[in-house]
Amino acid sequence: MAIATRGLTKRFDGVAAVDGVDLEVPAGSVYGFLGPNGSGKTTTIRMLLGLIDPTAGTWELLGHSMPAHAQDALTRVGALIEGPAFYPWLSGRDNLARLDAAGPDGQRGTRPARIEAALTRVGLTAAAGKKYRAYSLGMRQRLGLAAALLRTRQLLVLDEPTNGMDPQGTREIRNLVAELASEGTTVFLSSHLLAEVEQICTHAGVMSEGRLLTQGTLTELRSEGGSRLRVEVDDPVAAGPVLARLGLGDIETEGDIVTAKLDGQPPEVCNRDLVQAGIGVRALSVERPSLEDLFVSLTGEGFDVAR
Amino acid sequence: MLIAELRHLFHRTRVRALLVVMFAIPFLLAVAVKVNGGPSGGNGPTFLAQVSENGVFAALAGLTVTIPFFLPLTVAVVAGDTIAGEASIGTLRYLLTRPSGRARLLGVKAVTTVAYCLAAALTVAVGGLVGGALLFPLGRVISLSGTSLSLVDGVGRTLLAAVIVGASLLGLAAIGMFVSTLTDVPVGAMAVTLGIAVLSLILDAVPQVAFVHPWLFTHQQLAFGDLLRAPVRWNNIGKDLLLQAGYVAVFGTAAWARFTTRDVLA
Repeated sequence: MAIATRGLTKRFDGVAAVDGVDLEVPAGSVYGFLGPNGSGKTTTIRMLLGLIDPTAGTWELLGHSMPAHAQDALTRVGALIEGPAFYPWLSGRDNLARLDAAGPDGQRGTRPARIEAALTRVGLTAAAGKKYRAYSLGMRQRLGLAAALLRTRQLLVLDEPTNGMDPQGTREIRNLVAELASEGTTVFLSSHLLAEVEQICTHAGVMSEGRLLTQGTLTELRSEGGSRLRVEVDDPVAAGPVLARLGLGDIETEGDIVTAKLDGQPPEVCNRDLVQAGIGVRALSVERPSLEDLFVSLTGEGFDVAR
Repeated sequence: MLIAELRHLFHRTRVRALLVVMFAIPFLLAVAVKVNGGPSGGNGPTFLAQVSENGVFAALAGLTVTIPFFLPLTVAVVAGDTIAGEASIGTLRYLLTRPSGRARLLGVKAVTTVAYCLAAALTVAVGGLVGGALLFPLGRVISLSGTSLSLVDGVGRTLLAAVIVGASLLGLAAIGMFVSTLTDVPVGAMAVTLGIAVLSLILDAVPQVAFVHPWLFTHQQLAFGDLLRAPVRWNNIGKDLLLQAGYVAVFGTAAWARFTTRDVLA
């Protein structure tokens, strides 16, 4: 496990911002960390990185128990936490140099080369000499990513990495994350953009009001929501009981259209039984729930601030 | 990391501007004496009257006029900014996850703050020496005890006086760093630190509270003048350094205790 937490809890003035979270982020995965604003994602990330002391619970980063071995673990973790933060009066390049110098394991000799490589990787070479103050939001975000990529990392913790980026930039970041993942880096990514998470993540977890509601591979999560059978028939009244006999639940009829939860029943079996019962099937399809459907069904809300 | 942090501090426009002003103050003092003549008969700050006879005294006069307010002001600005400044722009969370280690980061900040205190006082001395040398004759230095010291000895003692002035700012610097760990607003930390310095000056001027005077970090701040006696009187200088060490120990420990345990939410 790249990240494993047990009962991680943080209370601020008695109110639990994060409540008994058991994260399991397998090594090599791209883990989407989802949740509405105020659900405790950022507090969790800050606890993982040792910035906030948990009220209760234990956690490990890359197999190191935290916070006792924070130094060993964090040298192998790159992070983008709640947006980039740099010195406005320094250039992008100087900012990276200062950050790189501010820790152990200097590797001073390779610093210039590593900085240029990181800048190239995020497409910021041309603006590297400009003062950070003059950067646009997207450029700042890119510099933040460059900082996370200055060293070879086994784990990247990226909090809203595409925030403030144009569609082109968003796609570049998506490709970058995919590229890093293919090199074996574990990526723990918090995002609001469910479609994006769906495209690049292998795993996901959903937070709401400080609790981790569910987590697993995307396939597991999708099946958790349950695929639905959708048939258009000439006799919807007769179709219902046929599907019920097959064990399908949550049957809904609307005009000629009947939908029901498949619960693992193969759709072709449903089709055969319908036809054998003398019902004319005009159309049949299987609707897999999107991550968004799952998200809404779990949190019972859109992206509103929960509290 | 220490070298990078020192370079970072002394590259800041703010710090450079402060050092320029610090260089200029004794220099302008020398110019004023040149233009208007020295103060007559014991008026004005210590050492000012001697400037027209020997340029070296411009440095000592510069130290005397900057130690009560201007030097503490700049120390409050630099020390108050150490942690709160990083927190306010958010770089603190990236420094800590780099990871620089909390105790180590605080230690590096402390060393750079000490470096700043010494650099500030030495800049005043050098500004005075340069201004004094350009405008007035240099020669044997008449000590406060009336004996005559060689120029080299006099300049050496002046630079040592600057180092002691720098050291006598360390108590305030430690207070400033502690306050800086309490807040994410650097201006607040600077203001509180400066307020404490002013409060110490005020208390020191009120005879009714004489019992606290020996414990005020500003109480012995003019002790550096004793270096210009022959033989040197170390008594008050020793008291001053001991007092500063006490403040550094107390507030340094408090800053460490606070910074290594606090939640970083900025």
